[in-house]
Amino acid sequence: MTDHTTEEPTRRDFIYIAAGGAAAIGGALTIWPFIHQMNPAADTLALGSIRKDISSLGVGQEITVMFRGGPVFIRRRTEAEIAEARAVELDRLPDDLARNENLPDNASASDANRVLNPEYLIVKGNCTHLGCVPVGNGAGDYDGWFCPCHGSHYDASARIRRGPAPENLPVPTYIFENDGAVVKLGATSDEVAAAGWSVA
Amino acid sequence: MSHQSTYEPKTGIEKWLDSRLPIVRLGYDSFVDFPTPRNLNYWYTFGGILAVFLVIQILSGVVLAMHYVPHVDHAFDSVERIRRDVNYGWLIQSMHANGASFFFVAVYLHMFRGLYYGSYKAPREVLWIIGVVIYLLMMAAAFMGYVLPWGQMSYWGATVITNLVGALPVVGEGIREWLWGDFAVGNATLNRFFSLHYLIPFLIAGLVILHIWALHVPGNNNPTGVEVKGKGDTLPFHPYYTVKDGFAIVVFLMIFAGFVFYLPSVLGHADNSIEANPLVTPAHIVPEWYFLPFYAILRAVTFDIGPISAKLGGVLAMFGAIGVLFVLPWLDRSPVKSMRYRPIAKWCFLIFVIACLGLGWCGAENPDNLVFEFGGIGMPFVVLSQILTAYYFAYFLVILPVLGFVEKPKERPESIEASVLGSSPAAAPAE
Ligand code: HEM
Ligand code: FES
Repeated sequence: MTDHTTEEPTRRDFIYIAAGGAAAIGGALTIWPFIHQMNPAADTLALGSIRKDISSLGVGQEITVMFRGGPVFIRRRTEAEIAEARAVELDRLPDDLARNENLPDNASASDANRVLNPEYLIVKGNCTHLGCVPVGNGAGDYDGWFCPCHGSHYDASARIRRGPAPENLPVPTYIFENDGAVVKLGATSDEVAAAGWSVA
Repeated sequence: MSHQSTYEPKTGIEKWLDSRLPIVRLGYDSFVDFPTPRNLNYWYTFGGILAVFLVIQILSGVVLAMHYVPHVDHAFDSVERIRRDVNYGWLIQSMHANGASFFFVAVYLHMFRGLYYGSYKAPREVLWIIGVVIYLLMMAAAFMGYVLPWGQMSYWGATVITNLVGALPVVGEGIREWLWGDFAVGNATLNRFFSLHYLIPFLIAGLVILHIWALHVPGNNNPTGVEVKGKGDTLPFHPYYTVKDGFAIVVFLMIFAGFVFYLPSVLGHADNSIEANPLVTPAHIVPEWYFLPFYAILRAVTFDIGPISAKLGGVLAMFGAIGVLFVLPWLDRSPVKSMRYRPIAKWCFLIFVIACLGLGWCGAENPDNLVFEFGGIGMPFVVLSQILTAYYFAYFLVILPVLGFVEKPKERPESIEASVLGSSPAAAPAE
């Protein structure tokens, strides 16, 4: 008879550990599809770009377009607004990043880093606090947008200036087409690179 | 369950079934001959009322689901169709929408009852915790249900609440898109909310069974907080409490019917009669009334706390307000259960109830509006919410732990029987 009190691992120990390990890894691999199915589906991701004709937009006018399920503000700014946005010193901004998807993440929040053509300011229209749609056309204390939900003020470059919102309104990827008559929202990275986006 | 079974199958078929699946025995021992403290008052009827409302929500919900279309282009119209064209749809939709409110009325009274009589203390901690889980699931079900009619408040309520998750550092934005299944609240969101809204009530039903199981091991607490000691302390559940619960259920259903028939929309919000529009936010977003205290706590945190931003701080406070209920059994150090015999805790509890109602009031108001205004001077609502939030947490984290050591409880009756029938059981008249 063999001695069963030995401390040596037995074949049974091995099977225990192997079966347990297979169950744990198999379980994790099974759970993942059930979690990942809730992320945006392929067709949702593919719906990521639209074109909008902006040739009829007059100076000082603003339109809101629906893009990826939410609003995007397109504002043709006046000379005065551009000058005002550019005059702001960056250390007065609560959020000092450009939040511009066309530029590297660390680009500073200067007005030049927020636009491709200074005349057109194009930003996503959900307040960075809890997602309400701010009121535009120069509203608020900083001549830009005002969010009535909890009182966030954005300036003429749609940067947060006061209120609970933590970040500037983000700039979606976009390029101009047809000599600036059309804006394409949701541009690819190649298009963005070719369009002349660069950190100022 | 925990007491000796007294069921005796009489007919042949009962005997046959009892030796195979003793389900009749389970029902008999749980709801007919279950020994129940003889002094339960009407605050103890809300458990039965809650069970009735779970059934009402499931039955009316299954019917609504036969006519409801979970698609952003059709959801709003399909609910309008239920209310106008589907046979008795106006009745069943009204039952479901108002049923949710009455469900919460009952659960809040049920929970305050537990807080007052110390029902969360040993040996009922697990019972209490299962209750808090049920409450969390009810909130999830109601939140997702309110999104389904796809009105303006549905859409913007969902947007604001899911955006809260975005406050979490690093993972927040990923989780938010994962919840949405899109880049904003949209069709994918509506579909999954419908699926989960259908599922959660059945999870609740399963937990209710565990809740009653955990109740029937130690048995009911009672208004004296003194545990059952002998047979004289209890009465069989049937007919004493089937009748008492039944009476309370009928009265509660009458009030419910008053709302269903005469005030069907008074608890709803007018903005939800406007179809969802992702481009226009309503002037003033408010959740359903039963979430208002938590909404006030969320908005009370307007300042950064070290590395925690105000936005994240608000979210943590809101979830913490419910999380603290899980550890309550270990926070309250007093060995005395019922606040009847706790002279200081009783008043602190009363102020706690007022604080909760006050938070509800703050949640409905614009934070910058003035409260207690006199001649243009007053306190902004946000300051009132901060004071009440501080009291809410202090009640659990400071008052109850400290009172356990410093409060001198009043003398308690020696038994339930003595408290009902006079000082000594011997003096009781024969029944
Ligand atoms: C815990 C139980 C439940 C609660 C608290 C609850 C709550 C709600 C709420 C608050 C609404 C919005 C009503 C409105 O404002 O118009 C709603 C809608 C809805 N619920 Fe439920 N519900 C529950 C169970 C169920 C079940 C079990 C089903 C399906 C089997 C269901 C199906 C629906 C449907 C189809 C709607 C959309 C129609 C409508 O808005 O009236 N519900 N629910
Ligand atoms: S959502 Fe804009 S300030 Fe809160």
